[in-house]
Amino acid sequence: MTDTYPRVALPPGTAAAPFRLPSTPDQYISLDDLRGRPAILAFYPADWSPVCGDQMALYNQILPEFQRAGAQLVGISVDGVWCHAAFAEQRHLHFPLLADFEPKGEVARRYGVYRETEGICERALFVLDAQGVVRWSQVSPIDINPGADGILDALEALANDSPPTGDPA
Amino acid sequence: MSKLHIPVDAHDHAQGPADAPVTLVEYGDYECPYCGEAYPMLKAVQAALGDQLRFVFRNFPITELHPHALRAAQFAEAAAEAGQFWAAHDLIYEHQDALSEADLFGYGRQLKLDPVALKSAFEGRLDARIQRDFLGGVRSGVNGTPSLFINGTRYDGPRDADSLIALLSDLAVRA
Repeated sequence: MTDTYPRVALPPGTAAAPFRLPSTPDQYISLDDLRGRPAILAFYPADWSPVCGDQMALYNQILPEFQRAGAQLVGISVDGVWCHAAFAEQRHLHFPLLADFEPKGEVARRYGVYRETEGICERALFVLDAQGVVRWSQVSPIDINPGADGILDALEALANDSPPTGDPA
Repeated sequence: MSKLHIPVDAHDHAQGPADAPVTLVEYGDYECPYCGEAYPMLKAVQAALGDQLRFVFRNFPITELHPHALRAAQFAEAAAEAGQFWAAHDLIYEHQDALSEADLFGYGRQLKLDPVALKSAFEGRLDARIQRDFLGGVRSGVNGTPSLFINGTRYDGPRDADSLIALLSDLAVRA
């Protein structure tokens, strides 16, 4: 089974691996739900990291910029839905956190960003186009919040690559 | 490596010579406790480096976490109009537990700021400046507060005063 998982993070040009994960105790979000617009998948090691402006809180503050680029953001970690709910409430997060909880880390494995030793996700970013193809990905050192510049550059490149409908060029 | 998207220029709040060999930019949030911890350390770094260092502060309020961060930034920008940016910046970091609007009006009286100008700042008159700092920070890879950029490159290493002084002194010598 494990030999079917990619060894490294899915690179640009590959189809995003399908998933369906709970975002609340009774709601699910799937890759299909994200099609039609660019999407940002932000895998991160754990809720409750002990810094201010941690990665999810930072992205929350930047959410209007992602939305301006037409993109949807989801955070993904192996924490369970109740943990996500408490974390999202405390940090006032306005985007979904998905629980890659059972089977643990399965989606992270499919994206090549699971850390077997610690049993957590890498700090990994994927920007998908509207068709669900990976257009940019990045794995950061586990203790370094990558910020959002790479995501915004990738979204900008994506927008420049896809001329408005009807443009003969 | 994340790089400063907007170069330091005359619009920035800066201390130290414009031609200093080392420029340290802080993206900070006035209510962030980690920025509060960094405040005396950065003062020590400035004291140690002297004329070798230009220190720049840019706004990065994380308002979803810190309800007083924007007000405090508005206060500092209003003070900047009266040439009192650094006095305001320091007052705020020395009183991070007292940043209500009433507290800020009190600091305004202390700095002899025009209360009408201050009130209009609280109503958003200078928000474009704050937002410009914030968005420039986002594009530069600011990854939380405080975020430090040394000569234009984001610095993710140890932030204690000794480490910073050693690193920056070394850069100054080599410049």
